[in-house]
Amino acid sequence: MIEFSTWDILRNLIFAARWTVLLSLVSFAGGGVVGLMILFARISKSKALRRFAIGYIELFQGTPLLMQLFLAFFGLGLLGVDVPAWLAAGSALILWSAAFLAEIWRGCVEAVAKGQWEASASLGMGRLQQLRYVILPQALRVAVPPTVGFSVQVIKGTALTSIIGFTELSKAGTIVTNATFQPFTVYGLVALIYFALCWPLSRYAHSLERKLHVAHRGH
Amino acid sequence: MAYVFDFTWLAEYWPLLVKGVRITLQLILIGGVLGVALGIACAWVRALGPKALRVPVAIYVELIRNTPFMIQLFFIFFGLPALGLQMGEMTAAYIAMVVNLGAYGCEIIRAGIAATPRGQFEAGASLAMTPFETFRHVVLVPSLQRIWPALSSQIVIVMLGSAVTSQIAVEDLTFAANFIQSRNFRAFETYLVSTALYLLLAIGLRQAMGLIGAAIFPKRSAR
Repeated sequence: MIEFSTWDILRNLIFAARWTVLLSLVSFAGGGVVGLMILFARISKSKALRRFAIGYIELFQGTPLLMQLFLAFFGLGLLGVDVPAWLAAGSALILWSAAFLAEIWRGCVEAVAKGQWEASASLGMGRLQQLRYVILPQALRVAVPPTVGFSVQVIKGTALTSIIGFTELSKAGTIVTNATFQPFTVYGLVALIYFALCWPLSRYAHSLERKLHVAHRGH
Repeated sequence: MAYVFDFTWLAEYWPLLVKGVRITLQLILIGGVLGVALGIACAWVRALGPKALRVPVAIYVELIRNTPFMIQLFFIFFGLPALGLQMGEMTAAYIAMVVNLGAYGCEIIRAGIAATPRGQFEAGASLAMTPFETFRHVVLVPSLQRIWPALSSQIVIVMLGSAVTSQIAVEDLTFAANFIQSRNFRAFETYLVSTALYLLLAIGLRQAMGLIGAAIFPKRSAR
């Protein structure tokens, strides 16, 4: 039987962690783009669009990410193509992130004082101009800390993609466990790698939030 | 090629889905109650408790909040037996959910305690209450009331996260769906139905949390 040192285990896990990082980046960026579209629908003047956005957010926030991954995996398969795991994982995570980001950003847009809408309207700005020049720049300031905070949820969410067969950090953990029979060490190290990825982001989000509160004090 | 949806399997397999829903409910009921209790205890330590305990609790909270639930579950179920701690899959699932909700609950409840006006503590002290009595009788309930919506959302998130426990053979709703789709070869329809059931569970749980909140908290007087 081959002996595995802790370094062998750690090396293989870190090697697999790049897929976790890559999938997180793609999901977060893609989720941001789709989320912005959902946000626009959510705050649009058209009732039908608003309804659609509310339903979309409710659907993705009210069901397990794992089920969404299964549905993406088997749903894309219905189109008659062979679905690679990364495609199902990426598309499900993008749609899932979009729902959460849209909801976070909606709160930020609503935090902008109503007078700002009225003032910009009274300057004859159209809806898009209002958003572009007055509302979004102010909402953006409030949006940064919770958005950074949500990136931690995305990284943790990617762990579930191992279940539909995408080989990232968690899947590597299972594979390495099956080879080494050292689940305590392996899952402990996997958890520590996730922690090393997430904790700096959590701290950063926290410090951004505190800065924002300081800036708002005295208003 | 047009795909024809087929839900006729429901006639045969619905009892399995019902059983899955029951296990998922059982997980969130027990995990939720114990998790909130742990969250309250940790929030007390972090906000008002003995200094020696604050750092360990802070480390616990940060470790749990920055790692995936699935890895926590695997560590408990596959990893801890190496230390001689054998347990069944249901026990592992309960422990993982309580530990997870405890950490998130701690942060949420702590925010509620932090928003308590200083005068409340002073009023308690002036009535000769010990700090713990003040916490228990004066501070706790209004603190929980402040953060009840956030705590409710977190409990819904933990319920949805419990889908992962199917991976250690807990026979919850996801496990039922996995089993059924391996028999009927109608994976998409099966997951569609179970997803809809989860959505109903989430909506129902949110309603229930609202009712519980209305029952245990006094009506806010108009200021």
